[in-house]
Amino acid sequence: MKAIDRVLAARDKDRPKITDYIDNVFTDFFEQKGDMLGKEDASIYGGIALFHGKPVTVLGHRKGNDVNENVLCNFGMPGPEGYRKALRIMKQAEKFSRPIITFVDTPGAYPGLEAEMYGISQAISGNLAAMSSLKVPVITIVTGEGSSGGALGIAVANRVYMLENAVYSVLSPEGFASILWHDSARRDEAAEAMKLTATDLLEFGVIDGIISERGVGLSVVDEDSATGAYDRLFARVDKQISKALKELEGKSGDTLAKERFEKFRSFDEAFLKVDSSARLENL
Amino acid sequence: MNANAVNERKEKFNRYKMLRENPEELLSPVIKPAKSYSARDRILDTVDAETFEEFTFDFPETNPLEFEGYVEKKEELREELSIHDAIIAGTCEIEGHGAVIVVMDKHFMMASMGMELGEIVCQSAEYASEHKLPLIIFTASGGARMQEGILSLMQMAKTSAVIERFKNEGGLYIAVLTHPTTGGVSASFATLGDITIAEKGALVGFAGPRVIEQTIGQKLPEGFQRAEFLEEHGFVDAVVERDEVRTTLARILKLHVN
Repeated sequence: MKAIDRVLAARDKDRPKITDYIDNVFTDFFEQKGDMLGKEDASIYGGIALFHGKPVTVLGHRKGNDVNENVLCNFGMPGPEGYRKALRIMKQAEKFSRPIITFVDTPGAYPGLEAEMYGISQAISGNLAAMSSLKVPVITIVTGEGSSGGALGIAVANRVYMLENAVYSVLSPEGFASILWHDSARRDEAAEAMKLTATDLLEFGVIDGIISERGVGLSVVDEDSATGAYDRLFARVDKQISKALKELEGKSGDTLAKERFEKFRSFDEAFLKVDSSARLENL
Repeated sequence: MNANAVNERKEKFNRYKMLRENPEELLSPVIKPAKSYSARDRILDTVDAETFEEFTFDFPETNPLEFEGYVEKKEELREELSIHDAIIAGTCEIEGHGAVIVVMDKHFMMASMGMELGEIVCQSAEYASEHKLPLIIFTASGGARMQEGILSLMQMAKTSAVIERFKNEGGLYIAVLTHPTTGGVSASFATLGDITIAEKGALVGFAGPRVIEQTIGQKLPEGFQRAEFLEEHGFVDAVVERDEVRTTLARILKLHVN
């Protein structure tokens, strides 16, 4: 399978969305709107829910299911208010010791006039900084398009997983081709060169695991595999979250923050031949 | 980096400094005249004479996507600009106040952020923390280093986490936003300063103006994303002329002496 096939699958409008994951993996969802600073941004959807009976904070990008919703959600491209809402409810999760689960599916933060005017850069950097030190478990699942800083802005997690056909990249293949080759038509070639599939990211050590999509979308192998496939997908997502929570829940807040910090501090040390153990001794 | 390389770099820097003070000698084939204000120019204009001690690093060549032409491009620029990547860092004094100073250089691949650049930002902050020194970063960047794919994106999280830790430990971080500071650098350590000053006229923003115009289908207003625009919208402490940056930094450092 070519990388571009996965890019297109990840963007497929029929792909399960955050609302589907919340409906099928969690119960008793209470949506929390607003950044409490002046605006509601529907492209970030989140709130409190129960996961196997325990309260968690769940949030993610929302693209919407029809044209009206797409417009309302700005096609899943948050402005600063979306990131600030995400941060607000994540800090609240920390206050009430709730684990945080985020779902990533965005073409990127919104490149618009108002987004710049109200500080999209500051909203994203603020999230990156604050998420790195949260004292509760944070789990991220990239379910569709994980594009650019707009994806990373809610993805600084203790564990990061990707669905089999999700992609995660520095920007879209179209943007990559346009910047490096001045030709956005070389999209397919760019998708290949960028190494943006779940397998690539696992090899780079940027993610912790891949969730199979067997029977769904691109991964329909036969009639049998498609029957009940979505339920099985939700069950696999459920299982992955349960497993991660089990690994993380016994740890202290400081340990969780420290481990998350170290994960993002040292993921590239093999490329740079940096000795992190020497660095750690100094701390 | 081995001792020879360190000496060689120091020698080059001294020579550069000498040439800069005696511009008629710029015809020398060793160092070409800078196309415009370089990172080394900034250092010379900002720090007290003879106080800059450059950090040296010894990272292996990185090309995680095995991207065609990337290594060759870097080698060419290293030769031309006598910097190893789009950043130099070290310790200095500014009107007698010690600090760690980090300067990005847009002449090197638009100072895009790859692994090496991100690591230098982090290690500089960690050095500053260990030695209880303020950290000053002059930012300039086109954003993430595309040629390093997802690993460049992750530098945003890496640098932000390290800067956050530095600040939480009580460190003073001063960000000086210079032209242009955009993309993944704008949305990470550039906008995390305890104190943020922008150089007059600098363009600072997440998305480039051309992308925004294409997205919204209209021309952007005059001065959009410029330093003064940031000031108006409340995202910088001060907008400062280039020739006032040194005295401004000195004053901020003085105000933080315990």
